[in-house]
Amino acid sequence: MSSDQPARLPEHDRPWMMRTYAGHSTAKASNALYRRNLEKGQTGLSVAFDLPTQTGYDPDDELARGEVGKVGVPVSHRGDMAALMDGIPLGEMNTSMTINATASWLLALYIVAAEEQGVAAERLQGTTQNDIIKEFLARGTYAFPPGPSMRLIADMIAYTVEHVPKWNPINICSYHLQEAGATPVQEIAYAMSNAIAVLDATRKRVAEERMEQVFGRVSFFVNAGVRFVEEHAKLRAMSILWEELGRERYGVRDPRHLRFRYGVQVNSLGLTEAQPENNVQRIVLEALAVTLGRDARARAIQLPAWNEALGLPRPWDQQWSLRIQQVLAYETDILEYPDIFEGSIVMDGLVAELLEGARAEMAVVAEHGGAVEAVPYMKGALVDSHRERLRRIESGTQVVVGQNRFTETEDSPLTADAEGGILVVDPALEAEQIEALRGWRSRREQAAVDAALSRLADVAGGPEDDENLMVPTIAAARAGATTGEWARTLREVFGSYRAPTGVGEAAAATPDEQLSELRQEVSRLQEQLGRRPKILVGKPGLDGHSNGAEQIAVRARDSGMDVVYEGIRLTPSQIAASALQEGVHVIGLSILSGSHRELIPAVIAALRDAGVAAPVVVGGIIPEQDVAALREAGVAAVYTPKDFDITRIMRDIVELVGAGANGSTANGSSANGSA
Amino acid sequence: MSGEGAALGARLRERDLYAAPAALNLLESTTAADRRQAAALLKEVSPAALGGEAPAHVIGVTGPPGAGKSTLLSALLHAWRDDSQGTTGRARTVAMLAVDPSSRRSGGSLLGDRARIDFDPADRGVLIRSTAAGERLGGLARATRAAAQALAAAFDIVVIETVGVGQAETEIADVADTVAVVVQPGGGDVLQFLKSGIMEIPDVLVVTKADLGRLATATRRDLSAALRSLGAHSTPVLAVSSLPPPSGVEELVRALDEHRAGMDLAGERLHARRAGALSEFVIEHGEHGLREIGGRGAAETLLAAQEPGLEVPALVAALERQTSS
Repeated sequence: MSSDQPARLPEHDRPWMMRTYAGHSTAKASNALYRRNLEKGQTGLSVAFDLPTQTGYDPDDELARGEVGKVGVPVSHRGDMAALMDGIPLGEMNTSMTINATASWLLALYIVAAEEQGVAAERLQGTTQNDIIKEFLARGTYAFPPGPSMRLIADMIAYTVEHVPKWNPINICSYHLQEAGATPVQEIAYAMSNAIAVLDATRKRVAEERMEQVFGRVSFFVNAGVRFVEEHAKLRAMSILWEELGRERYGVRDPRHLRFRYGVQVNSLGLTEAQPENNVQRIVLEALAVTLGRDARARAIQLPAWNEALGLPRPWDQQWSLRIQQVLAYETDILEYPDIFEGSIVMDGLVAELLEGARAEMAVVAEHGGAVEAVPYMKGALVDSHRERLRRIESGTQVVVGQNRFTETEDSPLTADAEGGILVVDPALEAEQIEALRGWRSRREQAAVDAALSRLADVAGGPEDDENLMVPTIAAARAGATTGEWARTLREVFGSYRAPTGVGEAAAATPDEQLSELRQEVSRLQEQLGRRPKILVGKPGLDGHSNGAEQIAVRARDSGMDVVYEGIRLTPSQIAASALQEGVHVIGLSILSGSHRELIPAVIAALRDAGVAAPVVVGGIIPEQDVAALREAGVAAVYTPKDFDITRIMRDIVELVGAGANGSTANGSSANGSA
Repeated sequence: MSGEGAALGARLRERDLYAAPAALNLLESTTAADRRQAAALLKEVSPAALGGEAPAHVIGVTGPPGAGKSTLLSALLHAWRDDSQGTTGRARTVAMLAVDPSSRRSGGSLLGDRARIDFDPADRGVLIRSTAAGERLGGLARATRAAAQALAAAFDIVVIETVGVGQAETEIADVADTVAVVVQPGGGDVLQFLKSGIMEIPDVLVVTKADLGRLATATRRDLSAALRSLGAHSTPVLAVSSLPPPSGVEELVRALDEHRAGMDLAGERLHARRAGALSEFVIEHGEHGLREIGGRGAAETLLAAQEPGLEVPALVAALERQTSS
């Protein structure tokens, strides 16, 4: 550091914006939660929508079963949005919405809710996540094919720059890439490539002189893992690349528009179910990664709760995470100094290393034709990275305290209550929500809704550069259309889509001793069955977090099984049809959204109706107290995040199939054909 | 469980589609007991038992990875299941046998294809079965041949989907009545393989992603020119787009039907069964076994002397009787 630079700032920096990712049950319940959070010193809102809202289905859709109000709040129409924001002054509030495929729709509802409060769109501040590429790669809440999805994004950016100028229309997410296993280099490279795809698409929709402003409105949503020194370097590298991109590719001059602006949610992937109290220190350290150095400090932070690997956090758990932020900002001295890493040889070296790696990886993505075209490549690369990470943890080369080392523990008083220290959403809420929605539909003026949706279909079916889709979307929101109706209208025009699963591309594992043993076991079983053991792996419901299912599928293949992997968003009847037609010996289901209590029994009923007798195993975030009920419903085994040794899970599955084969004919028939 | 195979075969002969999954389990099995049952099953659906060739149209669909086969098959499936389309004027039942070439390094395989084919799971008129090609070269899983023959008794259409270009369609051509090769715009491999004769001339060529416009048109033109220069004037080259609004699917359905209507079905199926029996015999007994019964020529003569209505296992058994005698 040069000696003439003062060691202290003349004035303390203002703290970043503090948020809590929250929402559940109903708009009314979530509104009460938001108001309480604001009273506790939270300075912005971060809305968590439930999966039907995120993927464009109404609560009464078959696919929404079990998911309504689970991982977020259901918002089906402008009435729900008004209730959600009731008493919250939208002219002053800064609201972040984790919404992607249906982002234009939810922003439209927000704009209409503000209108009803008498607040003009020009005054609205906040962020819509609106990043579809990472949904294809990691999070799974997409609704339309890539082309139309990019058009919706470009239209929304073009619209907000003009009419909602303080809004951040898109948050390019590297967050979910790390959750899917990305290395820091992959996180940087894929996020930047993604931003390029979005900016290039938008360039076609706005006047050239607007591009400077468009560039300035693009912000990022990043992750920070527990290796917090490298993670901080990652953010410095991102800010260098971003500025470079602005200058060189988009001709941006104004330094304000060139600034790398990001919000952050720190890592959930590394949070453990075993000894969950250790997650608190992990979260604190991760928060340091995004606050310590002034030159790459977050604009907005939301921290996960200590018990995320156990289930849905309660308000008290979330308060604890908010207090972590407040202690950092108000008790420590980090906001009193200029950048504390300036001139650090170590930090500069790390940044240079990451920049080099990221540039090389960005070039690979560019060779594929850009981020949209490179989705299958990037997906395969992420599945591979995640597999590597899991193997390091399984072998113990990567230490996870309390999980693969230092596992001796006292009973935790934190999880001692009847619910196991998590929030349980009342399953009766789904029926109430469906009832309320039907009431809404019967009260509105149907002719106006029909006209608005038909107009939307016309614009969607028209040429891309013609009319901005935001206009008929806002009109449909005003008319009282529902989330499911808006999305269905567009699905009919755009078609539906299934993203690549990445598992086919994943390279075969180099076998270790355990895996070789298992393969021999599988071969023996094959002799006995007459066919290679065949497993169906799939995710029922709307939850798109497919990492776990993908890793199970890849490891099952590496163990020598035939694997039918169907990916996400399956209905019970789809799973049953596949199991029957494919003649599988065992079925593996993964659920992380908390809807297992409804969906798993529904899948088992559908299987038995179809005459499939194959055993079912379940993996996911399944609270301890739900395990008995699942076993009662016919589940043979339940695996949760504490079962990190996938090869062991495979061994269990092989044993399970073997036990079944001993009790039936050699062809191990799951489908006896007498259905 | 004696009689299980025969019972399943009889149900397929009665066009009971619900018998199909269990029949496939049996046909794929390698245990001695199951293979006896599988032979009994196939006897029940042999031309002799059916009183003629199995009614289904067996269609092979093959092409390089990424050519858009799954999307094309989704569109075809919808057309076949929709009674207002196609030439038959009624909804047709469809069985799809998807053969995956994926790695056998670990012995295991990932079968991801059915996820990409869009169909109504409640529709009992559609069956999709994925199999790994296994150690077999030539693109077909061991049981695919038998599965296609068995399902052809019960379904209106049996599709065999394989990945690859070059060798893959050689074996498929034996089993399928009609072979369609799928090419994406700019797909130079197929063009080169066609020209150089590595690849047999397919019955129908399909250029996907017709929405790509000029590139698709150019590919279609190049393929047509190549076919003409090879003297294959009757092979249609069709352009299909599965993006909304879809185009070309109806024409493809018609072209497939027309090929089936114009072929010598009995002759080709008989040839396929005899060739299949011979290759199965060689897999079981090796070249040594073949020499023991007097070589390939003698085997072919023997097969030609058998009843034309016999199923493959019966033909194999006829060859095997020569070994023991």
